[in-house]
Amino acid sequence: MGLFILRRLGVMLLTAICLTFIVFFLTNLYPNLEKLAKTQGNFRMSDEAVASWLGDRGYTDNTFVKYGRWLGVAPGWTTEKDDGTVTGQCFDKGTPVEERSTFCGVLQGDWGYSLVFKDEVGSLVATRLAATGKLMGFVLLVMVPMALIVGVLAGMREGSGLDRSLSTFSIATTATPEYVSGVIFIAVFASSAFGLKWFKGSATQAIENATFENFTLPVVTIALYGMGYIARMTRASMTEVMTAQYIRTARLKGVSFGNIVMKHALRNALIAPFTVIMLQIPWLLNGVVIVETLFNYKGFGWLLVQAAGNNDIELLLAVSVVSVVVVLITQLISDIGYVFLNPRIRIS
Amino acid sequence: MEPLTWTGTLGQFLDPVLYVLVALFLVVVLAQIVLSIATGGARVVTNPDGTLSTAGGPYDLAATATRWTGAALLALLVIYVLAGAVGGAGLGGIIGGMSQQLIPVWIALVVTFVVSIQFKRRLGLYGKLFDSTVGMIGFALVMFWVFAGVMAGLFDWISTHDSLTQVSGMKNKVPGTPLRGAEDGQYAWYLLGGDNLARDVFSRLFKGAWVVVQIAPLATLFAFMVGITLGLPAGYYGGRLDTILSFLANLILAFPVILLFYLLVTPEIVATGIPNYMATVLFIFPLIFVAVLLNSRYYTQPSFRTPLLIAVLGVLGWIYLSLISTNGAIVSTATYAIPGLPGAVDLFDIDPGILVVFVSVVFVNAPTVFRIVRGLALDIKTRDYVAAAQTRGEGPWYIMLWEILPNARGPLIVDFCLRIGYTTILLGTLGFFGLGLESESPDWGTTINAGRRLLSVYPHVAIAPALALLTLVLGLNLLADGLREESLKD
Repeated sequence: MGLFILRRLGVMLLTAICLTFIVFFLTNLYPNLEKLAKTQGNFRMSDEAVASWLGDRGYTDNTFVKYGRWLGVAPGWTTEKDDGTVTGQCFDKGTPVEERSTFCGVLQGDWGYSLVFKDEVGSLVATRLAATGKLMGFVLLVMVPMALIVGVLAGMREGSGLDRSLSTFSIATTATPEYVSGVIFIAVFASSAFGLKWFKGSATQAIENATFENFTLPVVTIALYGMGYIARMTRASMTEVMTAQYIRTARLKGVSFGNIVMKHALRNALIAPFTVIMLQIPWLLNGVVIVETLFNYKGFGWLLVQAAGNNDIELLLAVSVVSVVVVLITQLISDIGYVFLNPRIRIS
Repeated sequence: MEPLTWTGTLGQFLDPVLYVLVALFLVVVLAQIVLSIATGGARVVTNPDGTLSTAGGPYDLAATATRWTGAALLALLVIYVLAGAVGGAGLGGIIGGMSQQLIPVWIALVVTFVVSIQFKRRLGLYGKLFDSTVGMIGFALVMFWVFAGVMAGLFDWISTHDSLTQVSGMKNKVPGTPLRGAEDGQYAWYLLGGDNLARDVFSRLFKGAWVVVQIAPLATLFAFMVGITLGLPAGYYGGRLDTILSFLANLILAFPVILLFYLLVTPEIVATGIPNYMATVLFIFPLIFVAVLLNSRYYTQPSFRTPLLIAVLGVLGWIYLSLISTNGAIVSTATYAIPGLPGAVDLFDIDPGILVVFVSVVFVNAPTVFRIVRGLALDIKTRDYVAAAQTRGEGPWYIMLWEILPNARGPLIVDFCLRIGYTTILLGTLGFFGLGLESESPDWGTTINAGRRLLSVYPHVAIAPALALLTLVLGLNLLADGLREESLKD
């Protein structure tokens, strides 16, 4: 087991390095850098001015060297101007020569500086991630119990009217992406056209002060899309368990139907959905990006859109590291959890 | 001209009936669900002759009531559509006007269904679809949008106005607003209202359907070609090849889709020519697939195989080259250009915006298909008929493409339907973030994106494409469900 986890962590590290390198490569292509220089400097810069702006800041070096700098394994750039002033990646203008550090990368704990938000990337990502954590927490709190209840109710009597209506409901939710359900919810529950106005169409205030009024729609929008898939998996697992021999035995011994479902079937039926729920979390990330944009909730997904839309390289790299780590850790937890829940499987 | 109501004069008589029926239907369905939990569903009794039948009782009563009210509701909706198709907007209001515009679609749908049901026993899996209600509903929804998209896009039949023309005074007008000073031959209303640039929402909706109907199935097909061509050897050979390919697939899958889109689908990336390189690589897979498929089948008959391969690959190669080359170059950036097919023999040019959207959607979908195919190949390669083929001395590619692949078709067809739906969602996501397609493009994602800014005041602009996307994807999901059910039966 220890070796298994170690190997998985190794693969995780390799994946993270490959992915960040791809992001690094794509964001450092010359047209992207040109756009960056023009937005940071001046929109009417000439080509030479752009080249010197980029050259002074180490952007024109080899991609591998630049990537090494970001990681913290290559020395940061320093440029000496004609008038003798020295600027560098790892120190401010006023820092005395002997206190200047050579390396400043992720390994040294320095995630860089966001050019769009004018702030340290590390703290920026941390605060936004906390906001999204709150949203995700509420989503899971709504989604998981709902999905399990729907799945178990549908799966306990295969082919019944209840099964058919609940299955159609879960298919309908998987067919409704967040930007469709969100739009419909806002139009019905928050617009003046229908006149209901029960909720608010914007969740900007929910970061400090989440209320039922401003937080319900975003949570429900994400939860609904993720719910259908988990419910269908739970239903499939439940119907399989309900046809097992030991359920028939219990039935013949005269155990009531409610007892069979609650005491005999449920525990075995919930093993498979656990894996699905864990693997669903990275998918929720997509929903989070859409919903945070739609409802203007300034969390991690909103940050991703801002960083990607403005080619904020260091912020974008930090965002992709976080999302890759989320994906890989949930995969790891689902594998390990599956082994613990299901005594029939052993990893040798 | 009077503004239209939703159901027109017809509605004055039929609307109260509709409300009563809907209320009744909801009550009965709710009663059925509650009763099925409370009483344990239908009570089955054994008759003296050994047959089973359901005994009466409250649940049975509720089930019958559901069926009848459901049928009545459906009949009423058909009346709305039929009367609207005959009487038009004057009789049936907005619904009637739309129904009249959609007459070619109704005819095509009815013909498809009548012919299919007539010959369903001779049509294999497609025919079996018509045994399942869910499958039929899904198929009808999908075909509605396919017919509507094709007719609006190719023949310009359904739309009432030009999808880009702005008419003064129609900005953000609610559905059914009459056109100010409509001339002869001009459709007199904006059936689904006007958007914030005073364009007709109804016409844009169906023009948008054409964009989706063009891109989604084709992109899914390409993703399947890539996934199958790489997934079969990965599953069949295993070993190092499998490890490397699986790692690459997981790498792409670990990317948040939206981040990938933001990195790939920007004008700056298009300027570097990266989408063209990706297109060059991704579009060659169908060629490899067909070449290997035919070669492994007719390998023993060289006199037949060689001319066949030359002919097929010649045509496909031509299409491939015209697909990837634009203005005589495969990749053309500011600093260099790789020459491709010259313009004279170039069959068609693809808009760079559409190409980058297409490539990135294929790129995102292919790894998932790869994983499914690999899993199926791993499972099927242990079967006896594969062992038999190996003993016969068949080559590995023959076994993969002519033994394993046909036996994996059931799950693959089902996944194909689901994946077209997912691709539609992805296209919508791209439009929603304003990536790829131009901002005036009528596709649904872009329209939703444009409409969401004024959502709390004029929801009709965004709601129409949202419901369209919902029904198409729902139809594809139901179709996949019906196909899965029917393919499991044998």
